[in-house]
Amino acid sequence: MMSRFLLPILVFAIMIPIFIIGLGRNKSELPSPLISAPAPTFALPSLQDANVTVGSDNYNGKVALVNVWATWCAACRTEHAYLMELAGRGDIPIFGLNWRDQRKPALNWLKQLGDPYFVTAYDQDGRVGIDWGVYGAPETFLIGADGTVLFKYISPMTEQVWQEEFLPRIRAAEVGGG
Amino acid sequence: MKRLFLVLFLTGLAGPGHAIDTGQAFDDAEMQARYERIISEVRCLVCQNQNIRDSNVFLASDLRREIRRLLSEGKSDADISEFLVTRYGDFVLYRPRMQGKTLILWAAPFLLIGFGLVVVVRVLRSRMAMPIDDDNEQAGA
Repeated sequence: MMSRFLLPILVFAIMIPIFIIGLGRNKSELPSPLISAPAPTFALPSLQDANVTVGSDNYNGKVALVNVWATWCAACRTEHAYLMELAGRGDIPIFGLNWRDQRKPALNWLKQLGDPYFVTAYDQDGRVGIDWGVYGAPETFLIGADGTVLFKYISPMTEQVWQEEFLPRIRAAEVGGG
Repeated sequence: MKRLFLVLFLTGLAGPGHAIDTGQAFDDAEMQARYERIISEVRCLVCQNQNIRDSNVFLASDLRREIRRLLSEGKSDADISEFLVTRYGDFVLYRPRMQGKTLILWAAPFLLIGFGLVVVVRVLRSRMAMPIDDDNEQAGA
């Protein structure tokens, strides 16, 4: 008699964990294939001066953040105050990738809200964004000293995210890298 | 009134003006067909249940532009899939490639059919083993 229920119970026992994992996942956040891979190199005009070329060479050999932002992105405004705080502490250089934006409003934004970036690249046609697999600003990449992508965070940065997601990975990379 | 109709009529005509850049991208018909097939099978990452052919968000148009560029550079379909997957992951393709991580997607239908067949066979066998007796059947029901 027991064997009659065995199969349904077995199926149930297999399905429930799958559903629980599925429910807990944020489906709109996709795992980036760039993680643990070398960060794509690029060279773009600087946001401040079209004649100046900036790019991956600017953070070569350093642990750095690459923050993708745009003036049309409301969540970028949300995280901006925190980026200012983070840059003010000087814990990590933040490279700005201004994505699919216009120069004038972008410069105004930095003038009004402050400029947390040591350099900002101007990716007007979004080509570098595609190389980095960007699909929704703000996105923040953590680049290791050896130039690999250690982590990617989609959503506004906060102190909690910094403490819980970024710092442990930075420490792990320092230990691992010697 | 006549003028209103005229305005409405012209507004209707303006519709295709909003249509996205899926018009003729290549003079070569075969190339155009390839292009259209590829963009119908690439997911728009912003609006995840649309392909980049139907989506008018700028990321979709950027990706269409990149695909046009790759095609005109003479890249193969596999090269283009590779280009997209190394940047956005397997999820970007509506027809995922068959490999380690996506194997379960391809195998699942066959596994499920196999499982269903096993169940059907077992149920039928046990039914066939039942005595064909009216009294018994009523007692069982």
